[in-house]
Amino acid sequence: MKPAAFDYHAPLTPEAALALLATHGEDGKVLAGGQSLVPTMAFRLARPAVLIDINRIEALNFCRPEGEVLRVGALTRHARFETPVVTGPLGLLLADVVRNIAHTPIRSRGTMCGSLAHADPASEWCCTALTLGATLVAASTAGERLITAGDWFQSIFTTALQPNELLTEVRLPMLGSGWRCGFSEFNRRAGDFALAMAVVALQVEGGVIREARIGLGGVGATPILAAEAAALLVGQSPGEVVWSEAAERAATCFEPTEDINATPEYRRDLVRAVVKRALRKAVAT
Amino acid sequence: MTTQRITLTVNGMTHAIEVEPRRTLADTLRDQCGLTGTHLGCEHGVCGACTVIVDNQPVRSCLMFGIQAEGRSIRTVEGLADGATLSPLQQSFWDHHGLQCGFCTPGFLMLATWLLERETPIDEAELRHVLSSNLCRCTGYQNILKAVREAAKGLGKWVESAPA
Repeated sequence: MKPAAFDYHAPLTPEAALALLATHGEDGKVLAGGQSLVPTMAFRLARPAVLIDINRIEALNFCRPEGEVLRVGALTRHARFETPVVTGPLGLLLADVVRNIAHTPIRSRGTMCGSLAHADPASEWCCTALTLGATLVAASTAGERLITAGDWFQSIFTTALQPNELLTEVRLPMLGSGWRCGFSEFNRRAGDFALAMAVVALQVEGGVIREARIGLGGVGATPILAAEAAALLVGQSPGEVVWSEAAERAATCFEPTEDINATPEYRRDLVRAVVKRALRKAVAT
Repeated sequence: MTTQRITLTVNGMTHAIEVEPRRTLADTLRDQCGLTGTHLGCEHGVCGACTVIVDNQPVRSCLMFGIQAEGRSIRTVEGLADGATLSPLQQSFWDHHGLQCGFCTPGFLMLATWLLERETPIDEAELRHVLSSNLCRCTGYQNILKAVREAAKGLGKWVESAPA
C-alpha cells in the first residue's frame, strides 16, 4: 500500500508543466488533487516514473464567469462549488451536485478538472459536463485545443487528452434565468460511487419546456445523453405524466453495465427513478 | 532511493526532514516527524483515520505526499490539547464515550475540529453529512455523533433542524 518511487516535479507555471509533459509524456502523470491517482498508486495499479504536481501553479487556480461561460481552472477544488460560484441556475446546480462527490475531506483536495481527466464512469462532474455541453481546454507546448464534452469522453478512464497535454480549464455554459436544473443519484452508502445518476437541464418559458437535456452517469463506460428522452419533454408543460414518459425512455436508451452491484434491469430501474427525481427537483427550484 | 530536504510546519512547530517524494503525508508525519497520533487505516482514502487539517481544510493525509505539504500549515491530533487540558471536543469524546478502541479517533477529532471551527452553524443533517466521511469499525457512531453534537452546543454552534 505504498506508492512506487517516482521523480517529482512541482512546476510553478503552466508553461513549465507543459515543458515537462513534452519531455516525459508517456512516462509522466499529472498530479492535481490526487484523490483518484494516489490510491491507484498505493495499489500500484499506476506506477508513473515521473509525477508532475500542478498544485503550486497559481495561474490555474481560478473560477470566474466570462461572457457566456464559467471558466474553471485546473486547480479549482470541488469544495469551491459548495456555495454557488455564480448566481443563477448553474451555480445552484453545481452546489447541489458537489455535495454528492465522495466526502468532505476528498472535496477539499480533489478538483473538477481532475475528475474530468480521470473520467470515472460514475463521476458526477463528467455527467454534468456532458449534459451542459462543456468545452475542455487541452494545452501542450504546441498550443491549445478546445474539445467538446461530447468528444472528450471516449471510454472508461479514457479521454481525448493526449499524453503531452494538460487539461488546463473547463468552460461550462452560463445558463440564463429561464433554465432549471436538477440532479439525483443513487448509491448504497453515503459518498460511494453512484450506481446511476441523472443531470437534467430544462429551459422553461411561459410554462412550456423549450429545450431539455438529460444526462446519465454510472450506467456505462462513459456518461451519456438521453437525447430521445429529453426530446419528449420539448413543447410539454412540466408535470408527473411527462416526467414518467421521459424517465421510461431514458431507462431504455442505453445498454446497462452489469456488475456486482446491479443487474441490467436494476440499473434501468434506478435510471427511471433518478431521472424522475432530477426532473422534479428542476422545477421545484 | 532519492530523498529531498523539506521543512514541514506541524502544529506550529517546524520539522526539517529528509523524505522520499513517494512518502505520503501520513507516513511522513509518523516516520519523519515522529508524530504517530495520525493513524493509517486503509491507506487509500476510504476510512478517514488519517484525516489532518492542512491550511484550514480537512484532508486525507494518505492521499497527499509529504513533499506537497511544504510551506503549508498542518494540524494533527497532537496539537489539540493544551498540555494536560483536553480541547472541548476531546473532552466531549471523553464525556460521551465517543471512542472505543480509539483507532479512528484522531481522524474523527480532526474532521470534527474543522467542522466546529467553521463559521457556519451546524445542524443534525450537516453533522451527519460531514461525519459520514470517516469509518469507525467498532461502529460507535452514535456516541461519536453525540460527542460532536454536545461539543457544538457547548461552543454555541448548534442549531436545531427545521421540523420536517
